[in-house]
This record gives sequence, structure tokens and C-alpha cells, in this order.
Amino acid sequence: MIRVLSSGLYSSIQDFGRLGFQKFGVPYSGVMDRHSASFANAIVGNSKELPVLEITMQGPKLQFEYNTSICISGADISAKLNNNLIGNNRLIVVEKGDVLSFGKLIKGFRAYIAVFGGFKTEKVMGSYSMYHNITSKSRIEKHDILEIESQKTMSTNKNASIKTNEAFFNLKKVEVFKGPEFNQLSEDQKSMLLKTEFTISKDSNRMAYQLQEVLQNSLDPIITSLVLPGTVQLTPSGKLIVLMRDCQTTGGYPRVLQLKESSINSLSQKFTGNSIKFELVNE
Amino acid sequence: MEYQLTYKRFGERSILIEWPSKIDENILHDVLNFKDILVNSKIKSIIEVNNAYCSLLITYDYFEFYFEREVEILKNLYKKENNTTKSVSRLWNIPVCYDVNFGIDIEELSREKGLTIEALINLHTQSLYTIYFTGFLPGFLYLGGLNEVLHTPRKASPRLKIEKGAVAIGGNQTGIYPNESPGGWNIIGNSPIVFFDVSNEQPCFAKAGDKLKFYSISKKRYHDINTLVEAGVYQLESEVLHD
Repeated sequence: MIRVLSSGLYSSIQDFGRLGFQKFGVPYSGVMDRHSASFANAIVGNSKELPVLEITMQGPKLQFEYNTSICISGADISAKLNNNLIGNNRLIVVEKGDVLSFGKLIKGFRAYIAVFGGFKTEKVMGSYSMYHNITSKSRIEKHDILEIESQKTMSTNKNASIKTNEAFFNLKKVEVFKGPEFNQLSEDQKSMLLKTEFTISKDSNRMAYQLQEVLQNSLDPIITSLVLPGTVQLTPSGKLIVLMRDCQTTGGYPRVLQLKESSINSLSQKFTGNSIKFELVNE
Repeated sequence: MEYQLTYKRFGERSILIEWPSKIDENILHDVLNFKDILVNSKIKSIIEVNNAYCSLLITYDYFEFYFEREVEILKNLYKKENNTTKSVSRLWNIPVCYDVNFGIDIEELSREKGLTIEALINLHTQSLYTIYFTGFLPGFLYLGGLNEVLHTPRKASPRLKIEKGAVAIGGNQTGIYPNESPGGWNIIGNSPIVFFDVSNEQPCFAKAGDKLKFYSISKKRYHDINTLVEAGVYQLESEVLHD
């Protein structure tokens, strides 16, 4: 098991989310950046969708009560084991009593901690992903105990590490498909939508990213219909909202764009003040 | 009746099917009928089918998604329309306490409408509501059938906290908050019934296509039912509907 000595800014257990419960209004949830989470799992020898700890901007402090191996991937938040920097994307052997902590945010916004065998926390509706009113906790807190497996035999590839693609963190380009209401936009609106460099506003979280720049909007609201993580909604005031993994299942704003899965991952590594540009992909 | 449907690609692996843009019970039945056909078709690559008022979202296994091919299959299935395994609809009778302690906006609403609180409750309990789908929050039912007299704009600034079980009116809709949440609707009462239970394999008792009626209960009865609900022994009243 792991003791939570401090929780960090917003840390939660996430896997690949809940599928098949949307008819009850249950959000998909799951890791914001599947790319990085899969990576961390792969290095410790897990299958890619096992539950990991998603941490945001500022890391937690964790004490291990079992021997295990871990990997940190995604954002670089200066991970340290017993106060020594350990680096991302490599296999780290952890012994009973070791303390994992974090420091300064160097790049990206969300990091993933994978442990051998995955976290064994509460599973609800087929998923370990924490979400308010679905799991008993929506994030981890100080004094929590997180169950993990005790690893008896250590992996032989102790120095396993993978080179990551740095471009992933610096990418401005967000690849999109046309949303269901895209063709109701005027030619001017379409070109504004695809030419403007948008800035991520401070009202951004696991549910949605809001964008600062406003688009002239004359579209009427739609009769409430279905939305997905990655749906870009246009509000009556002209604000754009990019829905993320914890979004509601339905919405009444016109859906002008739909992010490619890989762009949801890279957008998850961006934060307030970063800029993005939408680019249509061929269908 | 066969409608003119639109099939739109929605991202990498979903298709959105749209019916004429209206809130209409005949459309709902056609949407649900097609949904049943798809669920029963056992097409392996379909992993999720979900509906709203006049649309259906189908999500496919990532590696098996070819838009044009899938649309052809869907069009053929819709043409056949031979749904023999129609799911049974139920009518749910939902107790609501309209006491001013729960219905914190009911006095204001009665003044605005020039109706007594009693008349307002009568209008709310007389209608037979249709459940169109669940969305917004886990277990939040989108109901059609609110009497026009009761249509009321949402509050200018939403409340940060609305109690679990709150029964409310927003625009032309009425609904029950399944859990504590922020919200901008006008609150007229509270129901002791649990609308979303994570510990149940079927977390919601009601489904799209079912009907719902509210009935007024006293504060005393509210607390009695609440005790039974918490003990897990309350039997909710419902009846099977026949076409």
C-alpha cells in the first residue's frame, strides 16, 4: 500500500473510464492524457489501461509500504525519490519506506504514476476512475491509503526507459473533425474558428477547457443532444468550450468541432495562458 | 412511421443519427425503437448506443470504424424496422413534498403566476410526464409534458448548492436533482426517492420511454418514506404500461 502524506493540487486515480453507463448520465471519466498514462503503464509491465494516479501541476507526497516498481510519465514535475531526482519515463524500483515527492513544474500539466499491477482502489461501474457521486472520493486526500500489490520479484530490465516525443508537449495544433453543427456556421465564422489562435482560460479542468477569444455567434441553441469528450461547444455569448473526460453526456450548445482522440491527450498537457490552433483533418 | 434521418460522423469512432429537430413523443418512440434494434443486433463493433430527444449516438470499437460502411448497415437496419423485442414501459409514481421548507421557490412562483400554491401543485401533479433520456447529471431524467402555465425561466444566477431530491422547473422542463449539485432551476419541492444508486447494477430504475407522475405528500410522510428508503426497504409504486 501507499500512504498519502500530502495530496498535491488535484490528484485522482484514473483508468480508461466508464463505457456503457452514459445512458444513466454517467460521464466517461478516465485519464485526461491516455498517451502518457499508457506509456507509464507499459514501462512497469502493465496493460495500458490499468489505473494510474493522475497528478496536476503540483505533485503529492507518497510513502510506499511495499516493494514495487513505478514509472512517471507525462508532465515533468521534478519527481524525486527520497529527495533525489529520478526523471520521467523510466522504471524506478521502490522499496518499503521510500518517499516519492515532486518539485517544480518543468513542462506539461498532468503527470501519471503507474505502479506494478496498477492501483487497487474502489472499482465502480467497471472503472477505478474517481468521480464525484460515483466513487466515494473524487480525488485523493492527505492520510488516504492507496492499495497496491507487493512486488515479489523485480523486473530484470531495471534501467528500462523510453525516449519520448518532445513535440507532444509543445504542439499548438489541435486536430479536429467537423462537429454536427459545423455547417450551420457562416463562412466567416468557419474561417475565424480555424485561423484564430485561442488562449486557454483559467476556467479549465477535467470537465472542460474554456477558451478566451470570442467568436461572433448567431446560432440558436440546439435541442439537448449528445456530446463526447473532445466536443467543442459554442455558447450564445460566443465562448468556445472544449469538453474533456469528465464532461456531461448531453448538452444544448451547438457542437462545432470534435477533437481527435490524440488531440484530447495533448490538450490535457496545456494550461491557462497556453495557445492552441484548430486544424481540420480529412475525414 | 419512417422519418428522414441524417447520419453524421461525430469524431473518430462515433456516428450521430438525427431525427427532425423536435421534442415529440412519436419521434422518441422511433428513436428508442431504432436503439432497441441496434442493441439487439449484436453488431460486435458497436460498444455504446445512447439517445437524447431526437438523436442517437453510436460509438464503435476504434479499430473497426469505417464511416461509410457503418452508415450503409445502419440505413438497412432502419428500413427493416422489424423490432419484435420491444422493451416494456412502466409508469412510476413519485412522491414529492411541496412544503415551503423544501420548495424554496414555490411561494415566489405562486405570486408570479397568480396561482395559489395548491393550484400550482395540482398542475404539477396532474401531468403525465414522458422520460426522454437521462443526462446532465448521473440519474437526471429529461421529462416532457410540463403544463405550459408552469413554464418559468431559469434563475438569473444559479445556486451553488441544490439539495439532493430537489424537484424543480427550468424553462419548459421539470426534473429531479438526483444528487446535490449547483443549478439554476426554480425549486418547488423534494422527493425522498433515490434516482441514482451506484451500488445497483441498474443504477436508475426509470428508463427512456417510461412515464412518470408526481403525487403530493406531507412532511410527515416524506420523513417516513425517507426512513424506509435509507433502510433499503421502500417499495416504489409503478405499473406496466400497455400500448
